[in-house]
Amino acid sequence: MSATAASRRRRSFAAVLRRYGWSYIFVLPTFSLFVVFTLLPVVQGLVLSLQNARVTGGEFIGLANFETLAADPVFIQAVGNTILYATVVVAAQITLALVVASLIQPLGPRAHVFYRALFYLPLVNSAILVAMVWRWIFNANPYGLANTALGTVGLGPYLWIGSSDQALIAVILSAVLTIPGGGVVLYSAAMGSLPRELYEAADLDGASWFSKWRHITVPLLRPTTLYLVVIYTILAFQLFERVYIMTNGGGPNNATITIVQLIYSTAFQFGRYGLASAMAVVLFGMALVVAVVQFRSLRSDVEY
Amino acid sequence: MSSIRQRLPVHVVLLLAGGLSLFPLYWLFLTSLSPTQYVVRVPPEIVPRELTTANYVRLFETTPIVRWLFNTVVIAGVITAFHLLFDSMAGYAFAKRRFPGKNVMFWLVVSTLTVPAQVTLIPVFFILRFLGLLDTYPGVILPGLADVFGIFLMKQFIQTLPTELEHAARVDGASEWQVYRHIIVPLSRPALAVLAIFTFQRYWNAFIFPLVILRDPSKYPVQVGLATLQGEFNTDYGMLMTGAAVAAIPMIAVFFAFQRHFIEGIRIGGVKG
Repeated sequence: MSATAASRRRRSFAAVLRRYGWSYIFVLPTFSLFVVFTLLPVVQGLVLSLQNARVTGGEFIGLANFETLAADPVFIQAVGNTILYATVVVAAQITLALVVASLIQPLGPRAHVFYRALFYLPLVNSAILVAMVWRWIFNANPYGLANTALGTVGLGPYLWIGSSDQALIAVILSAVLTIPGGGVVLYSAAMGSLPRELYEAADLDGASWFSKWRHITVPLLRPTTLYLVVIYTILAFQLFERVYIMTNGGGPNNATITIVQLIYSTAFQFGRYGLASAMAVVLFGMALVVAVVQFRSLRSDVEY
Repeated sequence: MSSIRQRLPVHVVLLLAGGLSLFPLYWLFLTSLSPTQYVVRVPPEIVPRELTTANYVRLFETTPIVRWLFNTVVIAGVITAFHLLFDSMAGYAFAKRRFPGKNVMFWLVVSTLTVPAQVTLIPVFFILRFLGLLDTYPGVILPGLADVFGIFLMKQFIQTLPTELEHAARVDGASEWQVYRHIIVPLSRPALAVLAIFTFQRYWNAFIFPLVILRDPSKYPVQVGLATLQGEFNTDYGMLMTGAAVAAIPMIAVFFAFQRHFIEGIRIGGVKG
């Protein structure tokens, strides 16, 4: 009895393998790497955040890490700086991308190709390299470029990254002064596929270029705008390299400290892995909130 | 909206905006090519009077920058090669094949798409320490194979391919591997090009993972090496900008060679940094 059941099971296992074996061969190399180096770490990160994990192991301490963070002025400053940076930079990036894409839109196909490339080229470089240049531009010496440029209109000189009031401004400026090429490309692509009829109807009503832009183009681009806001916000939440390079990892009086910078120093300079994991969970939560808000608004959106 | 006179101001505004965006790159190269006495000149001059390659000679003589570039090519190259193979295989299975557990697996993959990479940094560090892979090339490469963007990209693309060709090949006696190799892979070339460029760029520019995983400076990729130059040369901006320029040139060359795929990639895959 049991022998036949076992052999039937073996036969059916062989059948499953014959039927689906190739599918698993295709999926498993990447899926097992994903499990070991992404899925497992996400779960382990949550567990570590509840532990008093230091270099030599640790024990379960409930939500104590989060209580420590809530009372830690440096962490609160890091969250504040991160959110301030994200808010200003994302607002500027969306506006710049929308305006630049709108200016490119009426031009010919060759101009499209040229400008998309022009605006994307600065973005292929690493954050490290870009931050090094901006550190050089914002240096407080008399030969600093930012101070010289502002000096010609009677402003400055400023200490920039040497000053706890101005360091974060320099970091934000360095991000805002670059046209977000990816956003320009996505907006241009979306504008190319907007329905013509609405514009023709508006032309019949004698609508101006600006009123067509304001009342047709911008509302129809809402899905693209939402997508870009989410992606750029999550990227801005991960601010690290600019701060690490431009302000030596936090600036005077932690003026430019960010969540990721603090995760890095807490874990890998001070060995407090549990506390740093709790910070990572907060970052994860912030990204999740942004993503959920997007899906909510997209669902309530009218598709065109 | 089509006369030259109406378009001219638009071009002027766009060129100014583009120039502003490109200016840091220009300033980087200019500083790297300027003799030291010009670098610290007051006021700074944005048009060069004299150029020299002295900084480049000094950089190549006093730092392991060539080694760092070589490390980066190896790390980013290996990660890209594996992503092309594994992601197209998985993308094919998720897009076209039926098997138990498929939906759960894909749902798990998609659910981590918006997880910031830094969230996995500490656990990955622990796992690599457990495996004895800290401060090794495999330690930097393996976590790089685990990001899911490529699986998602390939699945979305392969889904749009017609199924008839696969059926015809199977009727002709092709094995499952042959279907993948001779039908799916050739048809997926546009998506594979995008995946290759995005992956290579991402790992050429990677910083925090190699910073944490590697200790031995001779194993550093170029971005981590650059950050250490800052400690070494401090305010010698001529040298720092030269290091940055050497790290920038390969990526700029890749951009000009594959420009079309970059732009196409953003449209297919969205903004990735």
